[in-house]
Amino acid sequence: MAATQNPAHVEPTNESARWRLLDQIRRNPGPFTDPSAADEESLANFEKMKILGAGGLGCEILKNLAMSHFRDIHVIDMDTIDISNLNRQFLFRKSDVGKYKAEVAARFVEQRVKGVKITAYNNRIQDFDETFYKQFQLVICGLDSIEARRWINAMLVSIAEDGSDDPDNIKPLVDGGTEGFKGQARVILPTITSCIECQLDMHAPRAAVPLCTIASIPRQPEHCVEWAHVIAWDEEKPFPQLDKDDPEHVTWLYKKALTRAQEFNIPGVTYSLTQGTIKNIIPAIASTNAIIAAACCNEAFKLATSAAPCLGFENNYMMYSGNDSIYTYTFKHEQKPDCPVCGKQSRPLEVDPSTTLQALLDSFAVRPEAQLKKPSVRAEGKTLYMQFPPSLEERTRPNLAKTLAELGLENRQEIVVTDPAFPLEFTFYLVFKS
Amino acid sequence: MTEILVQTPPVLQGPSEKERKYDRQLRLWAASGQAALESSNILLLNSGSGTVGVETLKNLVLPGIGSFTIADDAIVHDEDLGVNFFLDESSKGKSRAQCCTEFLVELNPEVNGSWWPKNPDDQRLEQLLEATQTPFTMILYALPIEPERLNIIQEYSRQHQTPLVAVHSAGFYSYFSVNLHGAFPIVDTHPDDTATADLRLLSPWPALLDFTKEMTRDIDNLDNHLHGHLPLVVILLHYLDLWKQGHDGAYPANYSEKVAFRNAVSDAMRRDIPEGGEENFEEAVAAVMKHVVPPQLPSSLKQVFDYQPSGSDDTKSGFWIIAEGVKQFYNRHGVLPVPGGLPDMKAQSEVYIKLQNLYKDKARQDAQEVLATVRGIAGGEDIDTAEVELFCTNARFIKLVNPADGRTVDLAQAVEQQLANDEIAALAGPEMPSTLIPIYLALTATSHQGVATAEQIVASIQDRVPAAAGNERVQKAAEEVARATGGELHNTSAVMGGMVAQEMIKIITKQYIPIENTCIFDGIESRCQVLRL
Repeated sequence: MAATQNPAHVEPTNESARWRLLDQIRRNPGPFTDPSAADEESLANFEKMKILGAGGLGCEILKNLAMSHFRDIHVIDMDTIDISNLNRQFLFRKSDVGKYKAEVAARFVEQRVKGVKITAYNNRIQDFDETFYKQFQLVICGLDSIEARRWINAMLVSIAEDGSDDPDNIKPLVDGGTEGFKGQARVILPTITSCIECQLDMHAPRAAVPLCTIASIPRQPEHCVEWAHVIAWDEEKPFPQLDKDDPEHVTWLYKKALTRAQEFNIPGVTYSLTQGTIKNIIPAIASTNAIIAAACCNEAFKLATSAAPCLGFENNYMMYSGNDSIYTYTFKHEQKPDCPVCGKQSRPLEVDPSTTLQALLDSFAVRPEAQLKKPSVRAEGKTLYMQFPPSLEERTRPNLAKTLAELGLENRQEIVVTDPAFPLEFTFYLVFKS
Repeated sequence: MTEILVQTPPVLQGPSEKERKYDRQLRLWAASGQAALESSNILLLNSGSGTVGVETLKNLVLPGIGSFTIADDAIVHDEDLGVNFFLDESSKGKSRAQCCTEFLVELNPEVNGSWWPKNPDDQRLEQLLEATQTPFTMILYALPIEPERLNIIQEYSRQHQTPLVAVHSAGFYSYFSVNLHGAFPIVDTHPDDTATADLRLLSPWPALLDFTKEMTRDIDNLDNHLHGHLPLVVILLHYLDLWKQGHDGAYPANYSEKVAFRNAVSDAMRRDIPEGGEENFEEAVAAVMKHVVPPQLPSSLKQVFDYQPSGSDDTKSGFWIIAEGVKQFYNRHGVLPVPGGLPDMKAQSEVYIKLQNLYKDKARQDAQEVLATVRGIAGGEDIDTAEVELFCTNARFIKLVNPADGRTVDLAQAVEQQLANDEIAALAGPEMPSTLIPIYLALTATSHQGVATAEQIVASIQDRVPAAAGNERVQKAAEEVARATGGELHNTSAVMGGMVAQEMIKIITKQYIPIENTCIFDGIESRCQVLRL
């Protein structure tokens, strides 16, 4: 039944034949191409490029980068493989569940695409410093949390700012994300174009259900699940630490939620809803991930080769929606002059001088333009409050109870806020409410 | 006293392994969509540099289609390894169909894959089609393709009413087209949550009015707690009733009346309380513009009511019988069946649940009435209650894709229209994206033969569409397509493979809304355009 004669030995692959279609595009500028793209120097530069990928779109990104003939690819992912990844993260098999994603994906693609070198790091992106990130020419990520996106963005902006005399310090960031049939792909040229922080309002945090609804007047199945999660768990502590991936723990919450729902005649509590609510699960499918990851890698390829104009200076953001027909909106997101990360201006912070420092710090967590959870703050010449180290925390703690006026802060004075989640400083100037 | 819904005791054990594997997609298309996928059988007729179709299959195998077949007589060469991920060194010299099939089935052990031809001497595609036991659910073919093969597959698709998808990817450009053969109604369109509620504030039924009267009989003397927990539906119905009394029985109709009504509701909020205002009244005020609307027949549903299925349409489908039942219901009552959902709103648990059950009960009654009508229509005797209920719940969002409405699209006319739009867009400024139809024209000039010069492509376009002559963007698109020499770029084909798979899933599951009927992708500008061509 052999369709063909199986050759006794495999001929070594002719590399130029193998990449003929790709090289055809690279060596022959089109009507939209900068003619210098086909210079021998540009062609040679591409071969030396070192590129970094990270996050949940990792499988797609690694495949596409390897098939774009990037030769030196690095990948960071701290996650291990879960069975619910298998419907879309196509380099993983059931037997891989529990192993590190970065490691398994890297070995798979190296095996499949001969000649590509993939270095895997089973880490958080925050485990690495500036020296590490400086070695790459381009970063491409499909991270699933906004915190991680803000962190990598701030890191790349800080590299660009510190080495502004050298254009090599502009490391383009290509970012993608999906939710169900929708997604987005964007290109950021740190310090030059709108950055992730400039675009933070496109990721408004979801409104939380008020605690009194959960505690006393539930109406929806989600309210019952939140009750089990927030209140019943704390009261009964059935296990020492809640593990949202442990089916036994989820089942406990599910049963609690169900009992409460029956008490109030609320229909609709299921295991799946319980899990979705406590983990804030976002639906994810192979096809949307494929679209967004490939759109990102297409931009990376164009950035690296100049084979065609890329997103960046003009349009820099593509929104994709596939629920109702197919709709894309590709536009230019403008840089914000007062962006706390890439902007040059400090931003106004409207406060009442009788506010305590503690209240001001708490407000940073909920302000949409800040969203800082562990802020430390200092003003010119004085440290107001530091979260770390413990000795300094202890010494500055008494300031928390004092009002801004008592601390000697004045209208229009600049304050600098830092947070361990971000490798940068946020500068504000105070505007006292009269 | 409203009937309290009896809950069937739910199963307490956790999800099965399969449910865990598919969890993230079941949240989108549920078990019904998954079952449709699992019973589907897909044919890929592959050709050219052969990647876009395989990338599509990858995105269908992962979510778990039943089975697929790749028909492709190409033998793997070095060049394939630079563009197709589902091949490796060991594939060289072997059947491309076989090697891709073997690598694809690794992605999901629940999917069956096969390939054709098993014997390189079998060149007749008819043999494969004739020998197929289960008919294909959908067929995808990659361009460029030999005209004879295209004819065979088109003929088969027409005969069996099999939805047919064409895809062409070259360099940074690609497009795909869907041929559904006849009208394709979708009931489960998944509108955004915010759009779905129909509170029927301007056409309430007696039980809902009684409930409101009961709660608001002494509204001004309610204690603050009860007053602050009146559901927004009750608040609005109460003040609408007062409004009618002051306006000769008429509801607020135009914008300024609605503003006045909104102010009246806002004025009724208690402010002399510690909180300084009432959340439920704020919710009611915010709901006025959206929910104080007369019942109306959405144009998409009117199209369904008016449509006469014929010819290639699936006239025997239960959909049309239910549509007739709902149409008769609408003609009798002047309103559609109540969909039954109630959004969350500030209220005491017990009150909210009672109200929710009022909506549910009414929805059930209305669906029963439709069912009785449906059962009386020839062919409607065996229609499932659940199907009628789903139709009633989604009635306002039902979509008829690809109706045979006499609009035959003439390519030359469509192009003229698009190019004329571009001239207007150019005056409007850079915000208006220009048409992508030049890309479609350039790619379709290479439908049978991928390698062509820009001059040949332009000449072919001018033959088909004289109006495109001399257009600069058409010229550039032709140069860009010529540049690719018929070859695919992996990234472009991966984008397209995602889009085609998404559309095929929508068609197979009959959920969400598929394109009508051609989608063009520009990988240089990173955007799409959907056109009916």
